[in-house]
Amino acid sequence: MTDTTANAVHFEASHGEHAHHDADHMPGFFARWFMSTNHKDIGTLYLIFAIIAGIIGGGISGLMRWELAEPGIQHLEAWAQFMNPGATYDEALHLWNVLITAHGLIMVFFMVMPAMIGGFGNWFVPLMIGAPDMAFPRMNNISFWLLPPAFILLLSSAFFPGGNGPGAGIGWTAYAPLSTSGSSGPAVDLAIFSLHIAGASSILGAVNFITTIFNMRAPGMTLHKMPLFAWSVLVTAFLLLLSLPVLAGAITMLLTDRNFGTHFFDAAGGGDPVLYQHLFWFFGHPEVYIMILPGFGMVSHVVATFSRKPIFGYLGMAYAMVAIGVIGFVVWAHHMFTVGMDVNTKMYFTAATMVIAVPTGIKIFSWIATMWGGSLTFQTPMLWALGFIFMFTVGGVTGVVLANGGVDTYMHDTYYVVAHFHYVLSLGAVFSLFAGFYYWFAKMSGRMYNEMLGQLHFWIFFIGVNVLFFPMHFLGLQGMQRRVPDYTDAFADYNWLASWGYAIMGIGMIFFFINLIWSLFAGRKAPDNPWGEGATTLEWTLSSPPPFHQFETLPRID
Amino acid sequence: MAGAKNHQFHILPPSVWPLVGSFSALVLFGGLVMWMHDNPYGAWVFFAGVLGVFFTMFSWWGDVIREAHSGDHTPIVQLHLRYGMILFIASEVMFFVAWFWAWFNASLFPADVESIGGVWPPEGMHVLDPFGWPLLNTLILLCSGTTVTWAHHALIHGDRRGLINGLWATILLGLLFTGIQAYEYAHAPFMFAGPEANIYGSAFMMATGFHGFHVIIGTIFLIVCLVRAYRGHFSPQQHFGFEAAAWYWHFVDVVWLFLFLCIYVWGGWGAEYH
Repeated sequence: MTDTTANAVHFEASHGEHAHHDADHMPGFFARWFMSTNHKDIGTLYLIFAIIAGIIGGGISGLMRWELAEPGIQHLEAWAQFMNPGATYDEALHLWNVLITAHGLIMVFFMVMPAMIGGFGNWFVPLMIGAPDMAFPRMNNISFWLLPPAFILLLSSAFFPGGNGPGAGIGWTAYAPLSTSGSSGPAVDLAIFSLHIAGASSILGAVNFITTIFNMRAPGMTLHKMPLFAWSVLVTAFLLLLSLPVLAGAITMLLTDRNFGTHFFDAAGGGDPVLYQHLFWFFGHPEVYIMILPGFGMVSHVVATFSRKPIFGYLGMAYAMVAIGVIGFVVWAHHMFTVGMDVNTKMYFTAATMVIAVPTGIKIFSWIATMWGGSLTFQTPMLWALGFIFMFTVGGVTGVVLANGGVDTYMHDTYYVVAHFHYVLSLGAVFSLFAGFYYWFAKMSGRMYNEMLGQLHFWIFFIGVNVLFFPMHFLGLQGMQRRVPDYTDAFADYNWLASWGYAIMGIGMIFFFINLIWSLFAGRKAPDNPWGEGATTLEWTLSSPPPFHQFETLPRID
Repeated sequence: MAGAKNHQFHILPPSVWPLVGSFSALVLFGGLVMWMHDNPYGAWVFFAGVLGVFFTMFSWWGDVIREAHSGDHTPIVQLHLRYGMILFIASEVMFFVAWFWAWFNASLFPADVESIGGVWPPEGMHVLDPFGWPLLNTLILLCSGTTVTWAHHALIHGDRRGLINGLWATILLGLLFTGIQAYEYAHAPFMFAGPEANIYGSAFMMATGFHGFHVIIGTIFLIVCLVRAYRGHFSPQQHFGFEAAAWYWHFVDVVWLFLFLCIYVWGGWGAEYH
């Protein structure tokens, strides 16, 4: 990857052209931000949206850790009263389900996916492959603008009846029959349509990315010379394209079962609630790779840059992602080991799941091999990338544990699972997002972030999330159930610790926001390439920030 | 060469349609929820949203046609459009996978409950005779696949009369298919939903119903092509709008063949025909 693109002709990076562009092409405020056809502006909109959604979704998890800090119900009833004066105790418990549902859906569909694919994908796929924009710049904008309506539908559901109280309390998985006969009222329908719209947004985005990557690479940039982040987005886009329509079908069945009396998930009419789980996880498992693959891509660039070496085993890294994407489609039922499937099916899904550890291991070891003998420096993006490699490995290893159908019978729906998927998401996907954010902040904004604040953010956040999530492994092994607001006194200590971990993490995030605001207004002006010889992809040949339209003469890759 | 574009890609001016379309979708779905929960204004809000979406499609795709005529659709941009359409159809295929999955889940493992009886087709069910109207519909769709190819060949050879005739034939066959489907639904011996219905009717009607919906979309797409053909929009060299409609039509056709074989013929095998 990097060594080949480094040979790109360092063409005129158009500093001089900039003023001309401003006068010629830059639209006014409303046209620029609400009618955009510019991949960088749309990427910025996605990042802003993801940060707002992250604050809301992260705030909800704060409420949950507050309640879970001690055994018994402390605050939930007061919150239920606040939302809905006169709320009963059952409605307070329903509020818990609403919180876990909202946290999951917001973090998956409105934080991680928009930030990774919409934000960084939009910003850097065209730059890295030497393209002037995306293939369908106007469709790119509807991919973004479908998200606010989807988010409005989801948030508004909290104020409508959802069966046992206001809001959709169905879990992010929306299993039937809880989501059908178990939750009457419009809240669940609003949540379902929210997913329909968010799904349409992602499918259009996937079409756009695949077309862009296949057809708009700069002359000479073959697929085997393409930067790994572009590879990761390509694989992700295929997963989105092929898995989301199945979710759309599944939630449409939920909708007709709920409102029109069909029998897809109604056992009395010959339907099957387990069908919903199959359809959901046929989408849901590729979805977890959708949330991590672009992170793999970003971490590869950060590790190579700060090791000042090309990535080790470039082709292996690219095809490992392809392999993860392909195998990711045939392992879905490991999420449903306890539905009563027969032992042969469990054996297949156990074995297939474990196979994914092979390409994942290729990636982990190739990152380590990239650093081996490199000239390492530990600026903030590198810290996040290293944190990612460590913590994602922990999450991956617990994933191998859970992959065993027999073991999972014991672990299913315990905090061990919660710990596992937060290690791959909160400490995996989110770490890679921060790695990418600090890595490219200068390129996007034209200003350097503050290194000390960045490192403080990393260390406090790193300690916080580990204190928050590591004890959950023990809680899960001891049998603590997920998705329950109360627990026996025996689990009190670890829960208390975990809640303090949340507080530490929250303090870390304060440094992020201070850094963000301070750097945007007062940060040092960024050079074209602040990272030196290690940063070899095409975006570093452009000014910081790049011109409104870059690559008006396409770069040539030797 | 400052500011001059030295590549064949399409750099677009700002457009308001994505914003209008997105918030129309919000109105549409908000209205649908209201309507489903018996809000008296639900239908009005829903149709206002539908109107907004149609308006967006009309304006947006009108812009696309204008851009094509002004020469923005260079060969590479036409290639983009081809990729985009193929990928969109691929996602549509996966949407139908969900409905076929529901069908096979119910039919390969028939539930041992009163409404099914542990057999497939469910005990005592009367189903549609696949070798009556559905077979005719199969022939109609296959035939329409040939007429759309006739139109395509005429177009490539610069024969606008042949293009128009082929499109008319395809559209009429599509409308005929939809009419026969509507007739069959109205006379089906089983129900789509409700306490009297079972999974057979639900899965049957949703799978074939979504297919029928796609036939209607495809027919509208072809009608738009017909209008454009009358206006002389297509040239033998550049007519991707027509090709996209033809691809979509073939996709709809192939889905029908699977529906016919898996649902009408195999899925109803052994039951009494209506």
